[in-house]
Amino acid sequence: MAGYFKNILSGSWSLIVGLSITQKEFFKKPVTLQYPWESLEMSPRFRGHIQLVKDAESGTHRCICCGMCEKGCPSGCITVKGEKQEGVKGKVLVGYDLDFTKCSLCGQCIENCKPAAIEFSKEYNLASTRKEDFHYDLLKRLKEQK
Amino acid sequence: MSSQALSQNKERFELNLGPQHPATHGVLRVKLLMDGEYIVNAEPVLGYIHRMHELMGENRTWAQYLPNMGRLDYLSALSYNLGYVELVEKMAGIEVPERAEYIRVITTELNRISSHLLWFGAFVLDLGGFTPLLYAFDDREQILDLLEAVTGARLTYCYFRFGGCYNDVEDNFLSGTLAFIKRLRSRMPMYHNLVTKNVILMQRLEGVGPISAEMCRKYGATGPVLRGSGVNYDVRKNEPYSIYPEIDFDVPVYHECDSMARYNVRMDEIDQCMRIIEQAIAKIPEGPVMAEKVPKMIKPEPGDYYHTVEAARGSFGIRAVSDGKNQAYRMKLRSPTFSNLSLYQEASKGMLLADALALMGSLDLVIPEIDR
Repeated sequence: MAGYFKNILSGSWSLIVGLSITQKEFFKKPVTLQYPWESLEMSPRFRGHIQLVKDAESGTHRCICCGMCEKGCPSGCITVKGEKQEGVKGKVLVGYDLDFTKCSLCGQCIENCKPAAIEFSKEYNLASTRKEDFHYDLLKRLKEQK
Repeated sequence: MSSQALSQNKERFELNLGPQHPATHGVLRVKLLMDGEYIVNAEPVLGYIHRMHELMGENRTWAQYLPNMGRLDYLSALSYNLGYVELVEKMAGIEVPERAEYIRVITTELNRISSHLLWFGAFVLDLGGFTPLLYAFDDREQILDLLEAVTGARLTYCYFRFGGCYNDVEDNFLSGTLAFIKRLRSRMPMYHNLVTKNVILMQRLEGVGPISAEMCRKYGATGPVLRGSGVNYDVRKNEPYSIYPEIDFDVPVYHECDSMARYNVRMDEIDQCMRIIEQAIAKIPEGPVMAEKVPKMIKPEPGDYYHTVEAARGSFGIRAVSDGKNQAYRMKLRSPTFSNLSLYQEASKGMLLADALALMGSLDLVIPEIDR
């Protein structure tokens, strides 16, 4: 019988202890962020979708159309379009398509790229209702950045 | 009501739990045959999120399969990364620099804490307590921020590479990790006061959902489920890999075999993870994080290889058969929760429905890993 009352007492005490903790937390500052109105700066290593690096010297991309990114990609989401142009050594990049719907941001393309022509962007606000919005032409995107 | 239920006994009925139910944490369906509030038979039905991960391993190169490892158990992705890269390193005979081994252990153990914290929140949520989930997520968020600064991703990490890590950690990551451990240490008594010692939780878990050591052996259950049944088995101790032999830590074992024992194992494991991380940070040497000689195209010697690591939910094993090409001939993933779930049918017989859900929560299921 004594054990019965002891159980009731210790049980009620555990509830009081728990409630006092939640009470304390109630007066603490909120830890959440009101997202659409406030947002965080992404860390330098954050992996957004890939983009072409703008070369500081030439003011354009460094891609040599070797196609190693295309080959390394596990999901086949990169298409590099290069063509021969007169008077230019090697191929010239005319289009760099990224199908971001398939990309898993593993970074194989970036590791495979010898001239370091691609990098991760910091974009993360990418909501859309249309699939086509995630098919990027990265060359066009680079030109628009100018 | 199906005809089968009617024919056996008029009072028995079939109840469908899931595949879209908040208590199953994913697309798990359980076909329950009920006698009033009591379970006569519970049959888990799988396959709703099957993505052919094993087949994918057989038609892409060894390196291309890396991102898949983050998508199996998305709550402790780094353990899976570790298991796979260690397997391929074993196959191709690649030596890993010591600093990379330490970084791997620190990040994997951080990931294990974040996984246990999420389980803690979700488990208490299953039992009807909403508040602890938010506190646990507050702490988990700190880990995600730390890991994001290193790996670039918040959940589906793809950080380890054959022969090392993708990039080096910075000193502020190490100091940030130590600061986080200090914070979590001061918060653990709060969790115990708020949840572990709570009379309602104790009444819901103590003596509920017994899983004997014999049942664990029968179904191949591992991880906290096995250690909650009084069996001292941890891959980190029994088949040591990486730098675990150099680190001093205990394996929490409870002999009660009930849901409370599994709860206690995981809570104690958080403490042990913190110990491991502190020792690893104290010992971490300077040096490179990538091996010098890693072949561009890995073509392992033909043979049958197996490697297993301790993930947050139990022992995760990968078997790969190589025929000397740049992709696997056969890839088999042994996921811990698949075995842990398979004992559910036997363990839940005769239980009340609400208790059976507490039992399911204590198994810590991640459905994408079960289905693969």
